[in-house]
Amino acid sequence: MRIGVVTFPGSLDDRDAQRAVRLAGAEAVALWHGTHDLEGVDAIVLPGGFSYGDYLRCGAIASHSPIMAEVIQAAERGVPVLGICNGFQMLTEAHLLPGGLIRNDHGNFICRDQGLRVENNSTAWTNGFAANAEITIPLKNGEGGFIASAETIAELEGEGRVVVRYLGMNPNGSINDIAGISNARGNVVGLMPHPEHAVEEGFGPDTASAMRSGTDGLTFFTSALTGFLATV
Amino acid sequence: MPKAELLDPQGKAVGGALARLGQSQFTNVRLGKRFELTVDGPIDAAVLAEVAKLADEILSNSVIEDVVGIHVVAEADDASQASA
Repeated sequence: MRIGVVTFPGSLDDRDAQRAVRLAGAEAVALWHGTHDLEGVDAIVLPGGFSYGDYLRCGAIASHSPIMAEVIQAAERGVPVLGICNGFQMLTEAHLLPGGLIRNDHGNFICRDQGLRVENNSTAWTNGFAANAEITIPLKNGEGGFIASAETIAELEGEGRVVVRYLGMNPNGSINDIAGISNARGNVVGLMPHPEHAVEEGFGPDTASAMRSGTDGLTFFTSALTGFLATV
Repeated sequence: MPKAELLDPQGKAVGGALARLGQSQFTNVRLGKRFELTVDGPIDAAVLAEVAKLADEILSNSVIEDVVGIHVVAEADDASQASA
């Protein structure tokens, strides 16, 4: 399986995402925002960072990048798309996911190992988790407050499209502690926390067993691989 | 402008700073954006319609912001301005 990771001007976590893809057992394909070429990849990751310096709005300018036209078409065909942090912001700006992300309610950038509950384990990116799995992966953002109209929130909650929810504390003022959501089909997932930073022992969050041994994020990437292998 | 019903942490921080400077008569501060778009030639209805479309579709995000005004200002150069 080939998973593309799109690099935008100002992307920070593209290399980490590529590495996570490789550790999951798939081939990572570096894609460039300024082209219209998805190079035939089977899934797409929009990585974190500060594309275009967060100018205009986080993810707004990137959502109009040349390659995003192809990403939107691919998403509509059912190709798995994962937006992490700035990538999640791009997905909302591109209208592939509803709602929006605004500045953290406390006004500060936040960086911490964050507990999450995986509430939907049937999406393309979470099918490897047990039902209601509780996981810990890094969270780092300044504008991670998820907001949407009351109708949209009711729809997301009613259809089980809240994929991950913050546990223990709400780090940014997100409505209903929402950390990540999916589209109706479940192939497009966006979340503020960073699964790609918790994929290898020695470099992840602390766990009860050992410092920096958390690898809960890897399952997002192996889930995509499992879903792909089931179709071939 | 950020939608009225949404928390505006930037405005809140500015409001807090004003209060610390003794300006306690301001009960709320909200903070938005102003875009200045310049065109060659006259600003006609077609240009204004295009600006209104851009303001709604690209310059602002209707999920989190409202476009609060589009004004033509005659300065040294003609400019059409939109505030979001």
